[in-house]
Amino acid sequence: MSTLLRMKNIQKSFSGVKALSNAQFELREGEVHALIGENGAGKSTLIKILGGIYQKDGGEIYIEDKKVEINGIGSARAYGISIIHQELMLLPQMTVAENIFLGREDKKHGILQKKAMLAKTEALLRRFSLNIDPAGKVGALSIAQQQIIEIVRAISFGAKIIVMDEPTSSLSDKEVHFLFQAIERLKREHVGIIYISHRLSELAIADRVTVMRDGAYIATFETKKTTRAELITKMVGRELTSYYERNHTPADEVLLEVRHYSDGERVKDASFSLHKGEVLGFAGLIGAERSELMECIFGLSKKKQGDLLLKGKKMCFRDVGDAMANGVALIPEDRKVQGLYFQQDVSFNMTIEVLRSFLRMGTYKSDIEKNIVREYVEKMSIKISSPKQLVSNLSGGNQQKVLIGRWIATRPDILILDEPTRGVDVGAKAEIYHIINELAAKGIAIIMVSSELPEILGMSDRVVVMSDGYSVGELDSADATQEKIMAMATTEM
Amino acid sequence: MDEKQTALQPKRSGLAGLQANLKENLGLIIGFFALCILLSATTRSFLTWNNFFNILRQMSNNMYLACGMTLVIILGGIDLSVGSIIAVSGCLCAGFISFLGMPSFLAVILSMLAGIAIGVFDGLVVSTSTIPAFIVTLATMNIGRGIARVYTDSKTISVDDAFFNSIGTAYVGAIPIQVIYVVVIVAVTALILNRTQLGRHIYAVGGNLQAAKFSGINTKRVTFFVYVFSSVMASFAGIVLASRLFSGQPTAGEGDEMDAIAAVVLGGTSMAGGSGKISGTIMGVLIIGVLNNGMNLVGISSSWQYIVKGIVIMIAVYIDFFKKQNVK
Repeated sequence: MSTLLRMKNIQKSFSGVKALSNAQFELREGEVHALIGENGAGKSTLIKILGGIYQKDGGEIYIEDKKVEINGIGSARAYGISIIHQELMLLPQMTVAENIFLGREDKKHGILQKKAMLAKTEALLRRFSLNIDPAGKVGALSIAQQQIIEIVRAISFGAKIIVMDEPTSSLSDKEVHFLFQAIERLKREHVGIIYISHRLSELAIADRVTVMRDGAYIATFETKKTTRAELITKMVGRELTSYYERNHTPADEVLLEVRHYSDGERVKDASFSLHKGEVLGFAGLIGAERSELMECIFGLSKKKQGDLLLKGKKMCFRDVGDAMANGVALIPEDRKVQGLYFQQDVSFNMTIEVLRSFLRMGTYKSDIEKNIVREYVEKMSIKISSPKQLVSNLSGGNQQKVLIGRWIATRPDILILDEPTRGVDVGAKAEIYHIINELAAKGIAIIMVSSELPEILGMSDRVVVMSDGYSVGELDSADATQEKIMAMATTEM
Repeated sequence: MDEKQTALQPKRSGLAGLQANLKENLGLIIGFFALCILLSATTRSFLTWNNFFNILRQMSNNMYLACGMTLVIILGGIDLSVGSIIAVSGCLCAGFISFLGMPSFLAVILSMLAGIAIGVFDGLVVSTSTIPAFIVTLATMNIGRGIARVYTDSKTISVDDAFFNSIGTAYVGAIPIQVIYVVVIVAVTALILNRTQLGRHIYAVGGNLQAAKFSGINTKRVTFFVYVFSSVMASFAGIVLASRLFSGQPTAGEGDEMDAIAAVVLGGTSMAGGSGKISGTIMGVLIIGVLNNGMNLVGISSSWQYIVKGIVIMIAVYIDFFKKQNVK
């Protein structure tokens, strides 16, 4: 295996703020090399320099041992570098072939050679053993298939270095397997892959792992020869002795009971009970409809059947306001689309649920607002430059904390967290786990929906498993294992 | 990731808030004063008390509309029907007084209700269906204009009634009553936006509709309110205008929605929704008001005035765009 790529001593600053100082990276032919680090570690800056989106201020880049200057996206592409972003850049209304050839269509005297492009696409798809119709619309494919199409597109450009940025964030386990097969195929074709991910459990696919921190290169390990703990320590720069935190005791008192809930469409039959001071994990595959169940409980969608008992009394929340008035809070899955107001600052985002305490009929008590923000910024250890900072400028972890702070400020009795650490770096994750544990210790009942099994196992007192809209099983933390949960989650209903 | 970028809408109160406001709108304020200086150098009649009150009177119409439009655009919507509502309320009021012999007080209330009915319709349809506000208010703009023309048979309806005619032309001491209307309406609008929960909810719904739903905000009610508020402003403007003209005119308010939108956008409110301030709108109305007045005084033909106004709007939006890019 020869050295495909070498980046040495890369420097980059933005308006005087140093984003990269002495960053380096090396990639061999046919290797999968993971790049990990907290948010703000410099991973995406380094990758954008490689992809020609940014220009480096200093340092050298060698491709196949030849020094190169990457002046722009076209230049990067010409050197065989291709970046597959988290947000897929495909046009859903166009066909697979049209997407693959987008921007460099086959033309003869200005006329598109559609048949030739279809044939070439078919050949490419066959190379990857893909059973996809090249003339079909991309929008009809699953996310996993669309991702493979992006990979195929990169290959058709003659890419030798492919960067995958968080490729599994929207994939189910089955689809992840599908993606990994495609990666194996790429390896056999001597393509080098740079794999960026927050999910340390996936790093088995990588041959080597490079850790970055605070804009600098820290270390490179061979995946087989290192441990999760060692990687986390290098990422965070300090020993994280307890990653997950669970030292609270759930009470015997049942706060919430849900019996045979159904919304008539996706949630078919779900039942569970929730105790005071308990962390109840909700596990399941994508499509288990866990988020949908929570949204139904919270009053966002109408329930068709079933009962809900809050402190023993039968209830049905008419709408979100009703649920909130009864002490329930829900932190949604997708903070970008369902949670944060990106044109607004931290202060607006954190106080939007508790306006009543300082905004009443024409009087605005800004001191109370400031105190609320200060209290929860401290409680959640949110790193901001000022309460007036736009949330769009915060890292994923801090954004998530703002959202959690917003809902904790309503002093709920029941807190529902849907994927609380998605897209959050390791350091912030640990802080969020600490907060969850503290809240449970105070007696708040917590439901935690998560697709990260280690997180479920590490944080839950009990686990409810869902499959296809049904609750199929319950496990005590003492008995819960990944295998048992997976077995229940894959029950055919 | 530049962690130093601060919010587009600092919400500080008191002196700090005033300072922040001034800084935000600095470009507009400079532009405004530059325009005033240019005009006073070009024509002698610009810098007179008489002209000052003229400007205030002329731009007050736009101010009423722009206050309503500010809420609508922050919500992420648009209201094209306000110009027609001006005609509806003005003509109906004139007709009620002159043809039906209704007491003017009653006529004002009923005709305003008619104008507000259009806003209620706009609000209902926009909040409960997926039909874009542009389409809905475009339709009611045409329907409203049609109602005014049908009712008046496309003719002017004169009004000779002491109370009615004083609505738009009275003085409180030396101050034209319209100035007082402007101050009150601007204050009420600012109050709603900055000092009520509803105001924050408007920013939330305009900024991220889905998140607003997850926040427990009644997005339908907020949307409905905003369009009704806009129609209240327009109905009021229609009465005041008819009072000033001593008549209801079926062509009243034609094109006024565009001036309102221009003022709001000039003032820095984004058409995408979720952000915007009333102070910006005030500056926008002032600039357009002075521009209109100045062009008339200098003697620029009305055809050229269209061109000049369009260019000014483009320049202002461009500058604002640049400002936002540089902050990044």
